[in-house]
This record gives sequence, structure tokens and C-alpha cells, in this order.
Amino acid sequence: MYWNPAAECMPRPQLAELQLERLKSVVERVYYNVPFYRHAFQDKGLEPGDIKSLDDLRYLPFTTKQDLRDNYPYGMFAVPLSEIVRVHASSGTTGKPTVVGYTRKDLNTWSELMARTLTCGGTTKDSVIQIAYGYGLFTGGLGAHYGAERIGASVIPISGGNTKRQIMLMKDFGTTVLACTPSYAIYLAEVMKEMDIEPGELKLKYGIFGAEPWSENMRKEIEDQLGISAIDIYGLSEIIGPGVASECQCKNGLHIFEDHFIPEIIDPVTQETLPYGQPGELVFTTITKEGIPVIRYRTRDISFLYPEVCACGRTHIRMGRITGRTDDMLIIRGVNVFPSQVESVLLEIGETEPHYQLIVDRIGNLDELKILVEVSENMFSDKIGGLEHLEKTIHDRIEAVLNISAKVKLVEPKTIPRSEGKAVRVIDNRKI
Amino acid sequence: MIKQVSIFLENKEGRLGRVLKILGENNINIRALSIAETADFGILRLIVNKPEQALVVLKNAGFLVSETDVLAIEVPDTPGGLAATLEPLAESEINIEYMYAFLAKKSDNAIVIFRVEDSKKAIEVLNSIGLQVLSGETIYSL
Repeated sequence: MYWNPAAECMPRPQLAELQLERLKSVVERVYYNVPFYRHAFQDKGLEPGDIKSLDDLRYLPFTTKQDLRDNYPYGMFAVPLSEIVRVHASSGTTGKPTVVGYTRKDLNTWSELMARTLTCGGTTKDSVIQIAYGYGLFTGGLGAHYGAERIGASVIPISGGNTKRQIMLMKDFGTTVLACTPSYAIYLAEVMKEMDIEPGELKLKYGIFGAEPWSENMRKEIEDQLGISAIDIYGLSEIIGPGVASECQCKNGLHIFEDHFIPEIIDPVTQETLPYGQPGELVFTTITKEGIPVIRYRTRDISFLYPEVCACGRTHIRMGRITGRTDDMLIIRGVNVFPSQVESVLLEIGETEPHYQLIVDRIGNLDELKILVEVSENMFSDKIGGLEHLEKTIHDRIEAVLNISAKVKLVEPKTIPRSEGKAVRVIDNRKI
Repeated sequence: MIKQVSIFLENKEGRLGRVLKILGENNINIRALSIAETADFGILRLIVNKPEQALVVLKNAGFLVSETDVLAIEVPDTPGGLAATLEPLAESEINIEYMYAFLAKKSDNAIVIFRVEDSKKAIEVLNSIGLQVLSGETIYSL
């Protein structure tokens, strides 16, 4: 099922041609309209005319979240405010939020991309879609909303929260598609169970979940408990919001909407572009956006790209599930370690909200990694053997993922210090 | 069957004391206890007079606790008393995961608490050799 087969299944040579034309145009626009980019280009001795092929992308400067903060609120906009018809902002856990603006054409593009995304997930004009992403400054709710309206589905703009009411309306209104975060989907299933409502009493068929990392285990759990087919979607407000990439029903990687965004994977330390298949930091260049185009925006998300054409027929490149964040990357014995890789291991083991802490020490000349894991109720067993087995499973999986042997220590719940609700993930005791 | 309260404890000073203090403050009396430990952590297993209440107060105090069904039998406090009881279980291929024992007040018997995978089968075997498993009420009110 496609929303826009001409765009989604465009032959690669034609797509490359379109991308180059659009890249040249965006480079010109940011150079002449955004002082930040003009300076960044000049620092590298670049002019818009230097971009002659898609390969030249690698010479362009990067953009970071800090750049958006430094130009708070409107400094990165490439059009006058009179052309902006919508503003969104991402929550700033530290400091000011990052602000993004959309022109009317941007909103049109966003609706198109969300229409593609929701179609990938099984939405049609006959669907009744319940949008339980938050509405407001967050891009999730309104992004999904406009995409669903574009398709012509019946939209229930319920936003997040008020779970029992969500379930009541889901039942009474005959909701067929649910859009929310995966952890909220699990919570909905739990509350449904408490309310003695069987999935069979609902008409729910499809789920469209994103905005946070999740695992195959979680997908299976959600699909089983709600009796639906669930897909993973990806996006971030700095690029457009949801609608950057979406799984199709093959559920094997997320198609990046390449007619609007050019993805790259870079080594977060050397900033070199990496070949397909290698994990690294995901970087996007928006090639059609008007309000706030970004050049080589560093997402801090760890993924990889695979260019093989998908069984669904879409030609757009796929990205793997996000496996980590570069923000708190550690280098241990020369190996790049992302705390979220540990998190993904714990997620696979079945923890929906794992609490853990990495402690790095240098003993003699050797780095040592110790991982504290809070034991949760569903991990706990009255048998020592059960807990030892758990410790070993975590150790072995982490070794397989990180290529580093870590000492795993199970600790009591709520003993890992939390700052403002978030656990302190890393303690680096090395004095180098 | 008896409700055993199992508590996850890190191996650090004061944790066991804290559990015992909470139970004392809530007027909960311990009938039997055992600790299984590794280098880093231990599992404290308790038989108390009010297991449901113990579970609630410990959970509220932030401890990781669970409730496990265990069996209790009375065996003669004489040499070989326990061996004679365990033999039929082994013959029926019932594996004992762990056990601990204490002396009953005002009697010549010892009370053995044990955990098996298949409690129902264990009870059948014990009954077949004329042994009754003790009820929760009996143990809690000792």
C-alpha cells in the first residue's frame, strides 16, 4: 500500500537527480538567507556553486542542536516570520527549547510525508485513527493529525493521557488505528486488562508507534496484547517532526523519505562519512524545507543505512532501528560505547523501563566497565540461580553488542541516583 | 502451603538490619529465616506470622519483595529423621530447590521448610508416606 507510488518507488537514478537539484537549491537558500550558514560556508571556503554532485555533500558544514540554541528563537529561519504559519518547539531538558518554523509549503510537505507514514502503517480513508501523541508544541500529535486528515481517515484528536477514557472511546468509536508512543501502547494494554476488555471487543488493527526507542520484544508484546500489526516510525522536530522515516509492513528497517531528506552516517568522533551498513551517527540534510532548512544536522542517534531495495517495492533507503545516542558516548579500551546500547540490551531482556548505571574505572592501565542494573519485579526470583542466570545473560548480551566484557552487578530498586527523574547513566572515574 | 516472603538484598551493611527493623516496628514476628548469597547480593527468605502485611510494608519501604509458595513438614528431631523424609521425594524425582529448618517450640520435632518446582506432586508423595504438610495457619501461629 503506497500513498504516493511515483515518489516512494522512484527509480534510484531519477531520485538522485531530484536530490541534487534540490540540494543545490537549499544550499543557495541557506547561504543567502541564514547568516549562520553563510559564515559556516565561508569558514570552509565554500560557495553555493561548489556543490556539483551529491558526493560534495560531505564538504558542507554540520549543524548541531547547540547551533539552534545559539540562534534561539528564530535565528536559523530562512524566511521572514511573515511566511511562517506554524511554530513547534522541542522540550529542552537543558536550557532553552529548540524552535522550528513551518511555511505553508512545509506544512503541506509534512502532511504528505505523514500521509505516506500512516499509509505504511495500514491507514486508509476508511480508518478511524486515534491520535494519542501529545498535541501542542510537540510535533507528534499535530504531525500525525494532518497526515491522517490528508488521507481522509476519521481522526480522533484525543492527545495523550486519560487512559481509561482513551479505551472507552477506542471501543465506542470503533478505532481501527492507534498512533502513540510504544510505551503508552503497552500501558493501554495493561489498563485494558484491568478493565476486563479483550482486544477482540475492539476494532483495532494497526499501530503506528514512535518518538522513543523500543525493541522487537516490545513490538511482539504490543502486537499480541492488542491484536494489531505495529510499525516503527522515526522523526525529529529539527528535521520536520514525525514523517522522516517509516517502516512498511515488511517491518525490516525504516524507509527514509529521500525525496525530502538526504541521510548520511558519520563517525561521531572523526566526523568522516561511513559506508552503508556501518553503525554511526545519523545525519540529515533537508532538501525541500523552507522555514528552517538544516544542512547535515547531527541527530545524535545511532543507526545504520541499508540501500537494498525492499520487498515492498519502495526504493527509498532504509535505516535500522535506533540503537543509541552519541551524547554520552564513552571510549572504553578504544571501543565506542553508548549507554543506550546497554539500554537496548536490557529492553531486549524484557525491561520496559530499565534503570542502570555505567561506572568506568582505570585499574592499572586497563579500563574497567561495571554496569549496575536495578532488579525489577519481573526479573526477581526467590532462587539464587535465577538471578545468577540473569546476571550472566546481561553480561553475555552486552559483550556481544559492545565487544567489551563488563562486570554486571544487580542492585536493589531505586538505589541508582536519579537527577530530576532521570537516572544518572554514567560515572567515569578515570583520571586521564 | 506456606507463604514465604523473599527479599532481594545487596551485600552492603545495614540492609538486613533495615528489613528486621521494619518488621519489628509493624509487629511482625519472624518464624524462620534463611539467606542465600553470592558475592554481590543475597536473597533473604522469611516465614513470618503475617506474610501479606510483611509484603506490603517492605514493598512500601522500597524493597524488592516477592511471595513464594513453600512447603513445611514436621520431622522427628532424631538422627536420620530428615533423611527418611527426603528419600521418597528423591525417588519420585522431585528436586528440592532449597530448604531450611528450625526447631518447633514445645515439641520434639523439627520443622523443615522447602521449595520444589511442583508442590502438588510433592504433597502427594508426602501424603503417600503418611506425612502431612503443615498449613499456613499452623506455621504462622507457632
